[in-house]
Amino acid sequence: MSAVLKHRLFWPVAALLVLLLSNLIFTPGFFNIEVRQSHLYGSLVDILRLSAPLLLVALGMTLVIATGGIDLSVGSVMAVSGALACLYIVHQPDQGAPGTIIVACLLGIAIALVLGLWNGFLVSVIGLQPIIATLILMVAGRGLAQLITEGQIITVNSPGYRFLSAGYWLTFPFAVILAAVVVALTVVLTRRTALGMLVESVGGNPRASRLAGVSSRTLIWGVYVFTGLCAGIAGLMATANVSSADGNNTGYLIELNAILAVVIGGTSLAGGRFSIAGTVVGALLIQTLDTTIYTTGIPAQTTQLFKAIVVIAICLIQSPAFRAKLRRRPAAPVAPAPAAPSKAEVSL
Amino acid sequence: MLLRTRLAAAMSGILLAAVVAGCGSGDDVGSGSGSGSAADDGKITLGFSQVGAESGWRTANTKSIQESAAAAGIDLKFADAQQQQANQIKAIRSYIAQKVDVIAFSPVVETGWDAVLQEAKAANIPVILTDRAVDSKDTSLYKSFLGSDFVVEGQKAGDWLVNEYKDKPGPVNIVVLEGTTGSAPANDRKSGFDEKIKADPKFKVIASQTGEFTRAKGKEVMEAFLKANPKIDVLYAHNDDMGLGAIEAIEAAGKKPGTDIKIITVDAVHDGMQALADGKINYIVECSPLLGPQLMDLVKKVKAGEPVQQRILTEETTFTQAQAKEALPTRKY
Repeated sequence: MSAVLKHRLFWPVAALLVLLLSNLIFTPGFFNIEVRQSHLYGSLVDILRLSAPLLLVALGMTLVIATGGIDLSVGSVMAVSGALACLYIVHQPDQGAPGTIIVACLLGIAIALVLGLWNGFLVSVIGLQPIIATLILMVAGRGLAQLITEGQIITVNSPGYRFLSAGYWLTFPFAVILAAVVVALTVVLTRRTALGMLVESVGGNPRASRLAGVSSRTLIWGVYVFTGLCAGIAGLMATANVSSADGNNTGYLIELNAILAVVIGGTSLAGGRFSIAGTVVGALLIQTLDTTIYTTGIPAQTTQLFKAIVVIAICLIQSPAFRAKLRRRPAAPVAPAPAAPSKAEVSL
Repeated sequence: MLLRTRLAAAMSGILLAAVVAGCGSGDDVGSGSGSGSAADDGKITLGFSQVGAESGWRTANTKSIQESAAAAGIDLKFADAQQQQANQIKAIRSYIAQKVDVIAFSPVVETGWDAVLQEAKAANIPVILTDRAVDSKDTSLYKSFLGSDFVVEGQKAGDWLVNEYKDKPGPVNIVVLEGTTGSAPANDRKSGFDEKIKADPKFKVIASQTGEFTRAKGKEVMEAFLKANPKIDVLYAHNDDMGLGAIEAIEAAGKKPGTDIKIITVDAVHDGMQALADGKINYIVECSPLLGPQLMDLVKKVKAGEPVQQRILTEETTFTQAQAKEALPTRKY
């Protein structure tokens, strides 16, 4: 039992379960899953499908953060890749042709890789601080996306492109399958080879690992390119979801949610270690929170506050230092009050 | 190392500047042309400061102003504020310095305009607000405010709904996709709509949540609404884009948008009109960006010293499915 309690994923998973179960009080049918229009249909399916883009972005972010860096440009990269793909599709005579869709996706991913290369170049070769280097693209990328869309929303009419996010394969959402495959490949690549350990060593102490023969420059450059790739795929998904590219809003502020997912998952912002499983739980948790808010009908004016309270509670309960204080406090005569409300908030 | 960092900073700066310039260049039409001597040739000079180019609606708004200025023979000096109040104040000051005949602008935000408007007043240059209002107690600072009334838009949506369900028994379950929380169009479109439907208790708003004016959020929120509420009769979305996102969610749930769930939206942008013509939306209340011709009339009147009303509504209409089919081929935005 204590081994379970001590596992670093225990608290994130517990928070996720509490959040899911609390829905039963307000929405008795929350866990219902049925087959409708020959695909799975239900709130849980929504959560999985909608969390796919965030999951991909957070996956890339996990590795970047493990090297001690950060990538603020992911949302803008999403907007650029989605916009370019949609722009290409709109100008083809047959928007639904398989060739068109493949070229569009390759274009979107290619531009995302280029942007990732640019970020990696600034950080690893030039030596800019990651937060500054990627801030440049965060601002400029949004402008680039608007330039591509000319400030308009590009609407595509392509069932094949739509399939990327809103489609179902053997009744299962295709976006979830795609995200799961990318996550699985990343886990194999980082944990079945030494790559993950090398990334962690660079994050822990770049100089020591360089002296030990790890080529940290290539490694750091590589993780930014990988983050670009993930954001590019996520951008295709986000635009496919609504069959339109909106340079202003695609992936807007997703970098913050991605960082939050990574942190909830137990990856240290200081770098040096990472947990992909934790990031998956973190991304699911954030989407579950959103879907819970919409389903239970919390008024629009209070949603931000509600989210903030839940997130603070989750982060606090995960902190070993805070839990230790909680355990000690009730014995003290002074101010036992703070302990009780925070527990109550968690059970929301 | 230090040198390298500096080099990188410089390079990034250049990149950024290039992109920003790239965005701006298309919108700066007319700025700087014919500067200095205003109205020596008898032409009226109008200085206009636009919010930015943040949406298709705004782009159509800009185009309408530029085209109708050319048609009316008014010399237009146009500046794009890129959604920054500071840029807008700078533009207005430069218009004052250039001694234009009339200044018009769409304020980026509601507050903080008193100082610069006082300067315009002192220089005896009349000011016209378009599309958005300013929050100032001193109404003598501007001649007129030309734009849509969002409350009226909400009322029009409510009127149609009440009329549509006139002879049908209740209850009518309504879900609402609100605009960005706290924004004027979201607040006003909500209050106008609520005012009209509250007369009859059979109309029930069973869920209301912000969709942030975007398709993606509109879809996401509608998906949750559909799961939580088995019986939804009507969707009221504060703009077309959220309605378009919701249509996808409704179709994925195996229901027919426009038939199983009636949809009312506001704006009448091209994609929304297309969906209306296709029968997926039932009613759209127009929020027109094409206020150029009205603005030019107003400018001429103000210049001639004729009295004008403090508040002028944009000429707007509403569309049913049949009207949308008719209007679609000539739609400008």
